[in-house]
Amino acid sequence: MGYRMDRTEWKAVFDELGKTYRLFAPVRKIGEGRFTDVDVIRYDFVEDPDEIVWDERSDYSFKDSLIPLSETMFFFTEDQVKEASIDERPVIVFLRPCDLNAVKRLDQMYMDNGPDNDWFYERRRNKISFALMGCDRACENSFCVDMGANKSDEYAFSIDMEGDGFVSDVKDEKFVKAFADHAGSEQAVEPHYITESEYHVERPEDVPLSIFNDEMWDEYTRRCINCGRCNFVCPTCTCFTTQDVFYTDNGRVGERRRVNASCMVDGYTDVAGGLQFRKTNGERMRFKVLHKVYDFRKRFGYDMCVGCGRCDSVCPEYISFANCINKLNRRVEELEAEK
Amino acid sequence: MDTSIRDIDKKKFKKYAFRYSKERGETAARIRIPGGHIEYENLERIAKIAEKYGNGTIHVSLRQGVEVPGIPLEKMEDVKAELQPIIDSMNINQDNPGEGYSASGTRNVMACIGKRVCPFGCYDTTALAQRIEKAIFPHDLHVKVAMTGCSNDCAKVRMHDFGIIGMTEPQYNKGRCVNCGACVKWCQKRSVGALEVVNGKIKRDPKKCVGCGVCVAYCPTRAWSRSKEHYFRLTLLGRTGKKNPRLAEDYMKWVDEDSIVKIIKNSYDYCEKYISPEAPDRKEHIGYIVDRTGFEEFEKYILRDVELGEKVEKNPRLYWGGKHYDRW
Repeated sequence: MGYRMDRTEWKAVFDELGKTYRLFAPVRKIGEGRFTDVDVIRYDFVEDPDEIVWDERSDYSFKDSLIPLSETMFFFTEDQVKEASIDERPVIVFLRPCDLNAVKRLDQMYMDNGPDNDWFYERRRNKISFALMGCDRACENSFCVDMGANKSDEYAFSIDMEGDGFVSDVKDEKFVKAFADHAGSEQAVEPHYITESEYHVERPEDVPLSIFNDEMWDEYTRRCINCGRCNFVCPTCTCFTTQDVFYTDNGRVGERRRVNASCMVDGYTDVAGGLQFRKTNGERMRFKVLHKVYDFRKRFGYDMCVGCGRCDSVCPEYISFANCINKLNRRVEELEAEK
Repeated sequence: MDTSIRDIDKKKFKKYAFRYSKERGETAARIRIPGGHIEYENLERIAKIAEKYGNGTIHVSLRQGVEVPGIPLEKMEDVKAELQPIIDSMNINQDNPGEGYSASGTRNVMACIGKRVCPFGCYDTTALAQRIEKAIFPHDLHVKVAMTGCSNDCAKVRMHDFGIIGMTEPQYNKGRCVNCGACVKWCQKRSVGALEVVNGKIKRDPKKCVGCGVCVAYCPTRAWSRSKEHYFRLTLLGRTGKKNPRLAEDYMKWVDEDSIVKIIKNSYDYCEKYISPEAPDRKEHIGYIVDRTGFEEFEKYILRDVELGEKVEKNPRLYWGGKHYDRW
């Protein structure tokens, strides 16, 4: 069912939804960016639809809603364990097509990658509905079209700006009433999406084993500073690590947390005994790039990267992930020609 | 030599920012560039003066101004006319249009490039330099103000009467911290080592923290961000020179911009009152005056109408060191 709303009507719908749902959307945090008086656009709960940032891609993705940067899993005493409570109210997450495609990747890793679902992920996932914010133009450094992540129809409802108002295609029955009650008119609506992103990438179908020790990665050993920004902004990175914290006054009670982890940051491949599997930044880059555009596909049949371009935009060393994919493709072609 | 300059008021032309040159009959035009930031049109105008009246060269001065040397003294009035559009476009206070720079005693207000370009700059140094220039010029007293964007102090502000160092108070959002270790590592390497990991989260020692913002710049998750307020460290009465060169001492930490501007302005009244009548050309570093009157008297003047914020940490009494070449 499609609807057309002016701003007031959209606000009425939004307020109506806000009575039941917590609304999680990209917002501008004034002055909270990396540099003085520079903003950051990241996700947070909103109460007013005007807080939502429409004209720019968020610097950080929606994934906090499913895998918070830092989350207490459970509390423990000497012989008891209790899972940490979370807000039980349902959530609507406003996100772009690339990110909605990323949800599929997160679900794959946390709920369809082994015998058991991740309990902590699943309890959040079950509360979330997705509202698709359509795209009218390509984001900086994006290559979503080539990754096939420029559109998605896995949404509960869509929302797009058109002229002075908004249009929405509502798929999930439970949201129809809010729109039907407040929207000015009904019409057929198709969510907006782009068909030409800023960059093109070409991925190799297969890679030879020799790529693992290829000198193409050496450049990144020199250039990369292993800060991990590319992972933390990525909507599809799923790695976490755990921290067991013992409360200082007692020492016999505490909590286990899990926090987002980065395969670029020191410590990621450290194991007991002091062994470190990927020491150089070039090796880490190889692992990350191949995981995003090759290894994941070998296991699940589609690539992990959605081409949102955030990693390119955030890199303080001007390393382009997209360009690295193209370099990889060219190198694989060279190696095949040499054979 | 043109007879018109055989009898010329040297004290007057020096006041209007023309230099007394060792080359008889010549001068150099001194042009202030507050904060060292200038539009290309004005640089072109300066270049034109050098071509037309000078010897074709331009000296970039140590205080971020420029000097156009090799100007015949008799061309000074022509040069003043050509300086006028520069003075107008840079919005420089002037007593009488056409007279050139109305005073040259107070020196060009210096600044590093600051937040407009530098990733570590804690505020707009250029804007503050221009604001202070507007507040204190024209003035004949010998006062030196310099500012720098962060605790790196690229502008070497501790060699000036008033040194302004930008600070930010790091704000920690615990929920966004993943203990990647970047802030701890870089605070240790690039700053003072004020951070440590306690139970998987970061603890900042506020006494040790210099507010440089390195933690914010290196944080990959926005767990660290900058305070909404821009804060400053104010250092006082450093100086170079023959008698007792010394570095400035810290006066205030976490002070605000408005208070600093007031303090600098107030210091002129103090100088007017206590400057030595023997001072050549009324030129005496404030520090030497304070050495005579005691710091308390100076402080009484500079804190007039200043309302300090709650966060300000003020050093109650300052003691300077340095070399005493005048006491053997």
